[in-house]
Amino acid sequence: MSGHPTPETGQSHGGRHLGELKKGERARVTGVDERGVVTTLPEGELERRMIEMGLVEGSHVEVLHEAFPGRDPIAIRVNEHTLALRRAEARAVLVAPAA
Amino acid sequence: MSVLDSALPPRIALVGNPNCGKTALFNALTGSRQKVANYPGVTVERKIGHFVSPLGRRVQVIDLPGTYSLRARSPDEEVTRDVVLGRFSHEDSPDLLVCVADATNLRLNLRLVVELKRLGRPIILALNMMDAAEKRGCRIDAAALSAALGVPVVPTVAIRRGGVQPLLEQIDGAMAMAADAAENPAPCGWSEPSSRDLRAYHQEVEGLLAGCVADAGLPPLATRRVDAVLLHPVFGLAFLFLVLFLMFQAVFAWAEAPMNLIDGAVSGLKDWVAATLPDGALRSLLTDGIIAGVGSVVIFLPQILVLFFFILVLEATGYLARAAFLLDRLMGGVGLHGRAFIPLLSSFACAVPGVMAARTIENRADRLATIMIAPLMTCSARLPVYTLLIAAFVPDRPLLGGLVGLPGLVMFALYAAGILSALAVAFVLKGTVFKGAREPLLMELPAYRLPNPRDIALGLFERAKVFLARAGTTIFALMIVMWFLASFPGAPEGATEPAIQYSIAGMIGHALEPLLAPIGFTWQIAVALVPGIAAREVAVGVLGTIYALSDSGDALQSSLAGALAASWSLPTALSLLAWYVFAPQCVATLSVVKRETNGWLWPAVMFIYMITLAYGASFVTYRVASALL
Ligand SMILES: Nc1nc2c(ncn2[C@@H]2O[C@H](COP(=O)(O)OP(=O)(O)O)[C@@H](O)[C@H]2O)c(=O)[nH]1
Ligand SMILES: [Mg+2]
Repeated sequence: MSGHPTPETGQSHGGRHLGELKKGERARVTGVDERGVVTTLPEGELERRMIEMGLVEGSHVEVLHEAFPGRDPIAIRVNEHTLALRRAEARAVLVAPAA
Repeated sequence: MSVLDSALPPRIALVGNPNCGKTALFNALTGSRQKVANYPGVTVERKIGHFVSPLGRRVQVIDLPGTYSLRARSPDEEVTRDVVLGRFSHEDSPDLLVCVADATNLRLNLRLVVELKRLGRPIILALNMMDAAEKRGCRIDAAALSAALGVPVVPTVAIRRGGVQPLLEQIDGAMAMAADAAENPAPCGWSEPSSRDLRAYHQEVEGLLAGCVADAGLPPLATRRVDAVLLHPVFGLAFLFLVLFLMFQAVFAWAEAPMNLIDGAVSGLKDWVAATLPDGALRSLLTDGIIAGVGSVVIFLPQILVLFFFILVLEATGYLARAAFLLDRLMGGVGLHGRAFIPLLSSFACAVPGVMAARTIENRADRLATIMIAPLMTCSARLPVYTLLIAAFVPDRPLLGGLVGLPGLVMFALYAAGILSALAVAFVLKGTVFKGAREPLLMELPAYRLPNPRDIALGLFERAKVFLARAGTTIFALMIVMWFLASFPGAPEGATEPAIQYSIAGMIGHALEPLLAPIGFTWQIAVALVPGIAAREVAVGVLGTIYALSDSGDALQSSLAGALAASWSLPTALSLLAWYVFAPQCVATLSVVKRETNGWLWPAVMFIYMITLAYGASFVTYRVASALL
């Protein structure tokens, strides 16, 4: 049940991104779009790192833990593994409600 | 079989994601037949070992730093990439790549395997942690996976006796195939994959999983439950501080007995040499120079080992990544990355391993900021000086109804001064020279695992070897130089002052005195600071010489404390303590910073900023204390 990955990010989504999910929420990744995220990285690098860490179209995510203060960074389950990331960069990951 | 004929043993390299068990596998294969060296030019440590294959072939193994991709992000990962691609000019690429994959986490691990497979080089896939996978009810069809990937696939359990047997059995066959391949090598083509390529790899992995994994098994529920507590905003941080507290407690409590033993052995050796050799320059060089000097460094071995014991255990369990997660936001307040936690923690034992541990930080600015503040953490070499001055000047008065003593409180204040100033320096650096957003935090939180005693023991053994090798080379050489400076020229006929005052070190000390007078230092302190440049703790021994005391070890500490209390003012003592919080008195740290940053710029910056802070802090302390007391 790996879902149906959509190849590119152009599709319309509910406008939600991983950075705004609350603890306990589950979702499905619909795209990775790093525009609008401030990083030190060269263009395209954040997107590639996200994909390498499993945040790719079709992945199932769930917010497991939030750190302190400001509920940031977050620990999320990505399919079978757990990943820690900051909410600011998690904005690059577009999500839709889990089916 | 060309591999058998060739003079060089065939080489295999272990490649895989972090935490998939590469080091455990490496240890299982090689046992204690391993050593650590450096890659020339870069300072990433290179672990090499060897073992004998079932067919009696001697095989060399390299344990490479873990990575998620060949698109290296940190200096560590660059080594993995360059070794795999054969980019190091002085060594060929390995004859065989053993890809290690965590069987409980195949989706993520296979991505790298797919990328490596495209290189067209001989590969074996080791599905490690099969025990954990079975426990979770994972069902993986290794034969189907092997057919689909076109490479041999072997299940392994690196931490179980005989758990690498399936890998050993495949090695000879794979090596023979590798030798054939070597005769007409495929061009080792690799270019940075684009995001489109990466998505394609993912598709390929999904296909592999669909065909070869009948049941992905249950997620690691135990890890999740434990994390609900250990990553809790309140309990999690409380637990982290408890762990740190226990660790420091242990560094002092557990290390005390072995340190006394070493101390006794060093003075015994000194006495023996002194009794055996006739009086003269050679005897003095051996006893006061080499034995005393190297002994004063080796004595920290127990503390360093206790500290590394904790770090290795915390790392193997998977807790260190959690600590970085918990502290990311707090450290972010001064612009540091959560990963800076580990180097800074190591620096409490010694800044040298701390600076080296900063390699795991990907971003150069983040890494440099961490390196620059690492020596401000109170390393164990400052302790003898702190202990001496506190014993001499701080009355043992109970505070808070006997809950803490004044000496303990002063010691705590000195540690706190180091940490707070480090945070302040980081804040300034990140606001000026290293401006810019922080490197993203994209860090896997591995499932909790019980550490394997063998791996911890081998890790400690390796640390001990590295530390003693340094004491036996760099520090040994420095001690000889310092002894020379402190012994020549000798005292004139009928001299009343201690001999060191007439030596080169004494002259330098006297020359420095006017410079140090504004911060309250006497000429004796100035003289002690000269050899103290080599290593902080040496200053204690030199003060002992100046005050013409012949005891050593604990006896020296207590009688010297008395002598100091009688001849220094309290503001002078406080000023010296402030000096020791900041002063860059450690040649070993500066030289490792030079190696790690590839140049003299950053060690120079470090030296200048630290000595400025030291002078400033001592000046303020001395003036304020003189006015108040
Ligand atoms: N259950 C189990 N644990 C393992 C196995 N191999 C390694 N480990 C544990 O996994 C953790 C990480 O292993 P390590 O060798 O440090 O991983 P590396 O980062 O790839 O070098 C350690 O606690 C090991 O004891 C295995 O086959 N089974
Ligand atoms: Mg390792």
